[in-house]
Amino acid sequence: MNDTVKTTALFGLVAVLILGTGVMQSWNAALGILNMGLISAIMAMGVNLQWGFAGLFNVGIMGFVGLGGLATVLVSMPPVPAAWAAGGVNIWIALFVGALSLAAVILVRARMAKGNTRAVVTWVLLIAGFTIYRELFDPARDAIEKVNPALEGYLGGLGLPILLAWPVGGLLAAGAAWIIGKTALGLRSDYLAIATLGIAEIIIAIMKNEDWLARGVKNVNGLPRPLPYEIDLQADPNFVERAASFGLDPVTASTLYVKLGYSVLFTIVLLIILFLMQRSLHSPWGRMMRAIRDNEDAARAMGKNVTRRHLQIFILGSAICGLAGAMMTTLDGQLTPGTYQPLRYTFLIWVMVIVGGSGNNLGSVLGGFLIWFLWVQVEPFGRWLMELITMGMEPGNALREHLLASAAHMRLLTMGLVMLVMLRFSPRGLLPEK
Amino acid sequence: MDILNTLVLLANFVFVPAIAYGSQLALGALGVTLIYGILRFSNFAHGDTMAFGTMVTVLVTWLLQSWGVSLGPLPTALLALPFGIAVTAALVLWTDRVVYKFYRKQKAKPVILVIVSMGVMFVMNGLVRFIIGPDDQRFADGERFIIGAREFKQMTGLDEGLAIKTSQGLTVVTAVLVVAALFWFLNHTRTGKSMRAYSDNEDLALLSGINPERVVAVTWILVAALATVAGVLYGLDKSFKPFTYFQLLLPIFASAIVGGLGSPLGAIAGGFVIAFSEVTITYAWKKAAGYMLPESLAPDGLMQLLAVDYKFAVSFVILVVVLLFKPTGLFKGKSV
Repeated sequence: MNDTVKTTALFGLVAVLILGTGVMQSWNAALGILNMGLISAIMAMGVNLQWGFAGLFNVGIMGFVGLGGLATVLVSMPPVPAAWAAGGVNIWIALFVGALSLAAVILVRARMAKGNTRAVVTWVLLIAGFTIYRELFDPARDAIEKVNPALEGYLGGLGLPILLAWPVGGLLAAGAAWIIGKTALGLRSDYLAIATLGIAEIIIAIMKNEDWLARGVKNVNGLPRPLPYEIDLQADPNFVERAASFGLDPVTASTLYVKLGYSVLFTIVLLIILFLMQRSLHSPWGRMMRAIRDNEDAARAMGKNVTRRHLQIFILGSAICGLAGAMMTTLDGQLTPGTYQPLRYTFLIWVMVIVGGSGNNLGSVLGGFLIWFLWVQVEPFGRWLMELITMGMEPGNALREHLLASAAHMRLLTMGLVMLVMLRFSPRGLLPEK
Repeated sequence: MDILNTLVLLANFVFVPAIAYGSQLALGALGVTLIYGILRFSNFAHGDTMAFGTMVTVLVTWLLQSWGVSLGPLPTALLALPFGIAVTAALVLWTDRVVYKFYRKQKAKPVILVIVSMGVMFVMNGLVRFIIGPDDQRFADGERFIIGAREFKQMTGLDEGLAIKTSQGLTVVTAVLVVAALFWFLNHTRTGKSMRAYSDNEDLALLSGINPERVVAVTWILVAALATVAGVLYGLDKSFKPFTYFQLLLPIFASAIVGGLGSPLGAIAGGFVIAFSEVTITYAWKKAAGYMLPESLAPDGLMQLLAVDYKFAVSFVILVVVLLFKPTGLFKGKSV
């Protein structure tokens, strides 16, 4: 079986699975899987860029996805004038002062000669900077959070169209990746892993606790949408008529219409990224990246700046994850920092890349769809399996109750098994790198 | 008087909790560092190994409690601990045989083993949630305090009380015993010496007739014991929740790296460095400052450097600072 046939067959399988869900369960469920599958595929491509092309081990995907989500709030929500009046300017001055003192420390360490004087100056700058920052920051934050805390209590966003938030999410993630890359990329692979794991936790902690920024765990609901609302569609006589001509009732038709709209938007983004990735993979740049991955020393001897290239690809890959994160939050219509968990947003993406085939863009897309399908469907399947196993037991049996209640946790187990089996028997994935 | 009050206050809220937490981290980091030294990869499944060991111990504890067995003032979990260690050891040995051995034979790159350990992490995490559920479980019993705040106040006549929980005392005592036993094992027994030889130079160790599979098996058993002890102590001190154990991975790794990966002594030092920094930086110093400073200078705010929710950030920042200025850690670890 040659590669084209295999690729077509595997993508055909994905199509059958999703269409099967449509026929067996509901078309809403099928489109739901398709939409999140598209987003997962984009995330997987971002990780594949880092791991598959450059061999960089990033386990902080959750943080970049979270930053993308933050971008949607900052860009699309209407600003809260009262909060800006209360302390909006002061809080930015405080943050600026904080950044300034950090910059001063870095400058001092770079310019001054090593010795006791430098150490003293560093500490004085750090302590003074932190004290001034807190003196400015605390009152401003408290003032902002007091503004209508039940609904607002944060600065709000810029009130721009939410589609603009997608590239901004990518930019935010790229900025974070630049900072991490600058500090951690020179180190060994394990250290980069731990560093990214840590920074992801910190980003989520900031999103949970800094209420003035995006309301923290109180969540931001009702993000603007790039598509019409179901209610408006149902009120539109033209739409109802068209739905009737397809033999659909207005409610189902409107939900399908909105979901399909998202599918189209996401597919466009996916295709653009896939096109760019394929072009770069087959360009001199892509060959250089793989050369670096396969033998850093040889590439360095050829005059390639390995550290800079690593930084570049780390930023690009993280930006793609940020973009996907913004798309996901747009789809959800709300930002809920409490729901970001590393198993779901970091390690699941890794399963997708490994199963799909690292180093192959189509493989990542395939992995994204397949694993997301599995992730969604394992739960009903697990429940079904448990009912089958416990059929012989009488109702009310403690073990039966426990097994039925635990069926939801089959997911993680299944994902781990899928990953281990793949790594053992087909370590290069379903669609291996050519 | 004020000085004594300040000291007691700090002991109560900073030293005692930090020493207990530091011991738990040190035990966890010892496991990570042993695997790194012998098997040469960072084990992402370590947090979930801890959770698994603790889960088994919790289940056995409940069984013992239902039989009416107890240790008096000490928690029953101590009786259940050997069972937890045995089951966990069996699990990790089995995992090694069906999963890791294949890659070891292939001489796979360390990063592949790290990815494999991610798969193991998923499976163990799923297993724990499947068996005991994702919720908080309490299994501590026996006497709650070695010394209560009120008794302490009556005894000394100070304004501030010092409370030491049984779990905290137990943590420190157990950690000291376990670490002493481990170092004795590594330094004085034949197997321990062969482990250190294998860690220092694999080829030389193989040449001198050391059986690598035996070294690896002993390492896994030690890791299972350390992980279970650390997990149970943490669970007694706080409470058992699978997700918390997964999150412990970050401070544990930070401890191991700060101390120097592969160095057992470093793991212990790293554990205490991380624990003390986390506690002191997230502690509100207002009251302590109130005792020490004249009234006119008493602070308005809480004098808390960072909110408690940012404690992960503390371990991370220390990690980065150490990596930047001393890449092999405080005690010279290895770098692969």
